[in-house]
Amino acid sequence: MDKGTWGAISTVLVAIAFAGVCWWAFAPSRRKRFDDDANLPFADEQDDGATQKKAKDNTPSTDDVARRN
Amino acid sequence: MSSNLTAVGDHPTYDYKVVRQFAVMTIVWGIVGMGVGVLIAAQLCWPALNDLVQPYTHFGRLRPLHTNAVIFAFGGCALMGTSFYVVQRTCQAKLWGGWLVPFTFWGWQLVIVLAAITLPLGLTSAKEYAELEWPIDILITLVWVSYALVFFGTIVKRKTSHIYVANWFYGGFILTIAVLHVVNSAAIPVSLFKSYSAYAGAADAMVQWWYGHNAVGFFLTAGFLGMMYYFVPKQAGRPVYSYQLSIVHFWALISIYIWAGAHHLHYSALPDWAQSLGMVMSLILLAPSWGGMINGIMTLSGAWHKLRTDPTLRFLVVSLSFYGMSTFEGPMMSIKTVNALSHNTDWTIGHVHSGALGWVAMISIGAVYHLLPILFGRKEMYSVKWVNVHFWLATIGTVLYIAAMWVNGIMQGLMWRAFNSDGTLTYSFIEAVQASHNGYVVRFIGGVFFLSGMLLMAYNTYRTAQAPREVASDNSPQAQAV
Repeated sequence: MDKGTWGAISTVLVAIAFAGVCWWAFAPSRRKRFDDDANLPFADEQDDGATQKKAKDNTPSTDDVARRN
Repeated sequence: MSSNLTAVGDHPTYDYKVVRQFAVMTIVWGIVGMGVGVLIAAQLCWPALNDLVQPYTHFGRLRPLHTNAVIFAFGGCALMGTSFYVVQRTCQAKLWGGWLVPFTFWGWQLVIVLAAITLPLGLTSAKEYAELEWPIDILITLVWVSYALVFFGTIVKRKTSHIYVANWFYGGFILTIAVLHVVNSAAIPVSLFKSYSAYAGAADAMVQWWYGHNAVGFFLTAGFLGMMYYFVPKQAGRPVYSYQLSIVHFWALISIYIWAGAHHLHYSALPDWAQSLGMVMSLILLAPSWGGMINGIMTLSGAWHKLRTDPTLRFLVVSLSFYGMSTFEGPMMSIKTVNALSHNTDWTIGHVHSGALGWVAMISIGAVYHLLPILFGRKEMYSVKWVNVHFWLATIGTVLYIAAMWVNGIMQGLMWRAFNSDGTLTYSFIEAVQASHNGYVVRFIGGVFFLSGMLLMAYNTYRTAQAPREVASDNSPQAQAV
C-alpha cells in the first residue's frame, strides 16, 4: 500500500477512536459515576474538617464543605 | 463511585514534607529564573550589561540559564510538588517509595544547580530547552524514573477505585517527558563535557522540535492542566464543570499535541509536507485546548462572586484566560502565511511568555498560594492583601510584556520583508533592531513587575511560615506527622 492509503486508513482509525472516547465519556449510563468521580478532590475533606477545621475555620476553600457533603 | 466516599475518615497521614520542600523551592527558583530573565531583558536594552563578567554573563550563556531555570526549576518544582500533593489527596494514600521521595527532591535540585553552573561556563549541547550535557542528562533520567515510580506507585496503592483526571494529566506528562528526554538527548559523548547529537541534519532538527514542542505540550501544558483540574475545583469549592469533557480533553490533547512540533521548522530544510502536517495538527489542537480552558473557567459558573474576595482563585482563573489566549495565538502562528511574518521575530517570544507568565506561572502561583497555608498549618496566608497585590503585579507585568513583543514582532516582520521597487531591502537588519529598543524597555519593565510580585510572594511565605503556630497547635497531624 502506498503512503496515501496508510494515511487515509489511520485518519479513519483515529476518527473512530475519538468517537469511541466521546461515546464512552458521554454515555448516559456512566453519568452517575462521573458525577461521583468529579467530587474526588473533596472526598477526603471530611477528614480535613475533623482535623483541620479548627485551624482553618472559614477559609474560602473549605467553607463549602458542608454543603457539598 | 460510592467507594470514593466510603474511604472518607480513614485516610492515612499524607507526606507533606516533600510537597513543602518543592513549594518553597518553586518560589526560590522562580525568583532566580525570572531574575535572570529580567537581567537578559535589560541586556537587550542596554548591551553593555553583557560585559558584567565576560564571558559568563553574555546573553548567549545566560539565556539558556533563564529558560532552564524557569521551565525546569520553577515549573518543575511546581509540577513535582503539586503532583505529589494531588496524587495523595485524590488517591487517599500516602506517597509510595520511601527513600525515592527525598531522592526525587534532592536529585532534581542537584540537576538545577549543575545547570546553573555548567550553562554560564558555556557547556551546552546546543539543543534548545535540552542544553544540558550528557552526564546531567543521565542524572535527569534517574531522577525522572524515581519521580515516576513514586507517582505511579502511589496511584497503585490508592484507596479510591477511580483515578482522578488530574492524575491522568500528571501521569501523561511524566511518561511523555521520559520518552522525549531519552530520545532527544541521545548523543555520542567525546569527553565528560562534550557530546554530539545522535541525529544529523534535518532529522536532528525534527527530533529537536518534536521534543521542544512536546516539552511545551506535556511539561508546560499537560502537567499544569493536571494542576488546573485539582486546584481550580478545590479553590472554587465545586467540582469541575464537566467530568466527561475532561476525559475527552485528556485523550484529544495528548494524541494531537505530539504531531504539532514541525510548525517550529516552517520554511526550513524540513520536507514541505511535514511542515504542512505540523500546521494542520496545530490548528486541530485549538479544539482540545479550548475545551479544557472552557471546562476550567466554567467550573466557576454560579460562583463568580468568589473572584471578588479570593485572589488565589483570581490567579487560577486568569491563568486559564491567558491559556485560552495563547492557545488561540499558537495555532494562528502555525499557519504558514502568518508564520512567514512572525517567524524569528519577537512575536514568538511574546507568544511564549503569554503562555509562560500568564498560564504556567500564574496557575503555579495560584496553586502554591492554595498549598502554603495547608502545608504550614495556617488558616491562610500571612497577608491575603499581598496576594492580591501580587496578582495585579503579575497581570500587569504579563500584559506589558506580551503587548511590547506583539508590537516589536509585527514591526520586525514587516520591516524585514519590505522591498523597494528595484528589489532591494528597504531596511537593514540593524534598523529593525534600533526600532525595537522601546519595546525592549517596556518588556524589561513588565519583567520587573512580574519579578517584584515573586519577591512579595517570598516575603509573604516567610511571614506565613514564621507566624505564631496557635492556629495549628491543637492538632494538624497531616502537616506535622511527616
